[in-house]
Amino acid sequence: MNLIDFLSDYTLQNVAMGAAILGVVSGVLGSFAVLRRQSLVGDALSHAALPGICLGFLVVGARELGAILTGALATGGLAALTILALTRLSRLKTDAAIGISLSVFFALGVVLLTVIQGRGGASQAGLETFLFGQAAAILRGDLWIMGAITLAALAAVMIFWKEFKLVTFDPVFAQTIGLPVTLLEIALTVMVALAVVVGLQMVGVVLMAAMVIAPAVAARQWTRRLEHMVILAALIGMASGITGALISATARGLATGPLIVLAASAIVVVSILFAPERGVLWEALARVRERRALRGRQVLDTLLQLTRTHADPSYPAEQGMLDTYHGHETRAALERLAARGFVNPARHMPGEGDHWVLTREGLAEAERLDAEISGANR
Amino acid sequence: MQALFDNPALMIVATGLLVGTAAALIGPFLVLRQNAMLSDAISHSIVFGIVTVWLLTGIASGPVQIAGAALTGVLTVFLTEALARSGRVKDDAAIGLVFPMLFSAGVLLLNLYARDVHIDAHAVLLGEIGFVWLDTIEVAGYQMPQALVWMGAMTLVNAAFVTLFWKELKLATFDPVLAQAFGLRPRLLFYALLFLTSGTAVAAFDAVGAILFIAFVIVPPATAYLLTDRLVTMVLIGIGVAAVSSIAGYFLAVAWDVSIGGMMALMTGVCLVLACLFGPRYGLVAGLQRRARQALENEARALVVHLATHERTEDRAEENVATAMRTHLGWTNERARQVLLRGLDHGLVLREGEMLRLTDKGRAEAEALLQPWLYEAGRPVT
Repeated sequence: MNLIDFLSDYTLQNVAMGAAILGVVSGVLGSFAVLRRQSLVGDALSHAALPGICLGFLVVGARELGAILTGALATGGLAALTILALTRLSRLKTDAAIGISLSVFFALGVVLLTVIQGRGGASQAGLETFLFGQAAAILRGDLWIMGAITLAALAAVMIFWKEFKLVTFDPVFAQTIGLPVTLLEIALTVMVALAVVVGLQMVGVVLMAAMVIAPAVAARQWTRRLEHMVILAALIGMASGITGALISATARGLATGPLIVLAASAIVVVSILFAPERGVLWEALARVRERRALRGRQVLDTLLQLTRTHADPSYPAEQGMLDTYHGHETRAALERLAARGFVNPARHMPGEGDHWVLTREGLAEAERLDAEISGANR
Repeated sequence: MQALFDNPALMIVATGLLVGTAAALIGPFLVLRQNAMLSDAISHSIVFGIVTVWLLTGIASGPVQIAGAALTGVLTVFLTEALARSGRVKDDAAIGLVFPMLFSAGVLLLNLYARDVHIDAHAVLLGEIGFVWLDTIEVAGYQMPQALVWMGAMTLVNAAFVTLFWKELKLATFDPVLAQAFGLRPRLLFYALLFLTSGTAVAAFDAVGAILFIAFVIVPPATAYLLTDRLVTMVLIGIGVAAVSSIAGYFLAVAWDVSIGGMMALMTGVCLVLACLFGPRYGLVAGLQRRARQALENEARALVVHLATHERTEDRAEENVATAMRTHLGWTNERARQVLLRGLDHGLVLREGEMLRLTDKGRAEAEALLQPWLYEAGRPVT
């Protein structure tokens, strides 16, 4: 199959569009969830969608996406309320409340799944694709539903941008200026449930949490501004969604959800390692640079002190002595200083080690640093 | 004897009981340390371990598989902690990043290499506790279900660990800093606990699957936490809740012809709701009753103070009568009746026709309230 065929394939178009929609909505709404430290609530909401899917099916009696997603949204919301109620009304802590809500709702879903199986009918097989996602099962009509939910969610984010931002970063201040904080927090949680619902067909209930978390975490590494983070998370979500969905649609028998999650995870790993400023590699490099600069300054200062004690501005210092004095090799530092024109190799007796002498620029620089240090100490 | 092991119903319930007991031995420490969600991470990511061990060695049960696959659980926790400690990702997001990655890898490996084995994607989620009695192994001359044998072994290991390190676990749970200062290595202990959690998850995998296991780890101990303040009692109640859930879950599932594992997990949820509502000390109903009783007590105090202030005044005939409780204190008829009954029951007030008169006890209580500096714990200071 050549590229043109590939791109004009009807199923693939559906899959790619579905994945793109999913990526955008989970990236944008996930950003708020991650920043508000509600990542695992997303996990509970996605597992809790299972009983809703089954209920939707049982009520309508067919695999109709509208009913199924409504059911999923309802039980997801109920799970969120359960978490809230357990933490507010009982002595249980958040982690236990999330775990209880997740596992008990999922158990209910498993029970309902067997109820549907017990009733027979070929259509029941379709429900199991909601566990791990089946991109190829997406229809053009489904895209309209997913798209409408996404548009509604994005519109809400744009309208209430300022409020959501404030509640995310400083809920106490938001409260004092009279914003309805509880209402806004509930709205943000419901929106996570919306993202979960949009992703159910592609990623499935078990892994949808990862799609809420991963793009947002990856985006966070690259920027400090919420605006940029949200947009970047949407793009990362889209990229991983499309990658995973296309691989799954072309290779037979691979579940879509795990592929999308692995694609998103790969982006997270890359972001954590290589992002500028926050990246692990960036930080390691910065540390090396800093250590080098520090060693250069230390050696320069030692040379200055030696010229002072010997009252000789061109006192040649032996490298071995510098090594011993500093407790580590100084050749690399001296060569870097030489490259900057601060020191020169000095002539020495045969059989002795290398000697170094400060240049005029080196002396000036060392004096300047020395003044800086004693200035700071005063 | 063999007849016992050939009885499917008994074997299923016994397996459920063992899963519940093994999980309830460990769960309390996770719940108390506020690490309950680590069980979520572990139970998902052992799927990767189970598949990897199976692909590498062809072993799908037994101690090697349990220990090998359990390493993935520990790896998950280790990666999560490393990620959180790097400061780039908050700890909750770190959990939510690591386990989906390992779980996805596990599911994909299943899709690729293991289409025909019993660990298919369906079993990953739901478990097959209804069929545990089919897969047997010979132990001491008897044919026993594999799941039962390995769950039994895991339960014994957990029980031994918790009993041997009881003091250390207790201290490390409630005061990790002090435990560290005593040289008890709380982190090592914690990792050992998580290793056992992972092993239990692996052993329980065939029976209840990856996700329902979370219910067995978290919900019974959480239920127990609502009922008691003592760690021993908490562990024991947790085991009791797990047992009740397994048995009730089995019979309900058979009656309604639904998933047995799912029903058992759901029953733990029912127990939790009951404890939440009707727990003697922390239950919602008990809390409401306590608040109502306190409100009544407060109003009884208001009544004695009211009577005491007007006792020697001229408007006594107008103030110290039953109707004044409605007109002056603003209570409804019903409320006034309750308060008055309480006052009479506790010997604070006497009724003489329409007049209400304080007893000595009632007068003392009113004075203790009006001049608290003369009293200490309700008794006059001498």
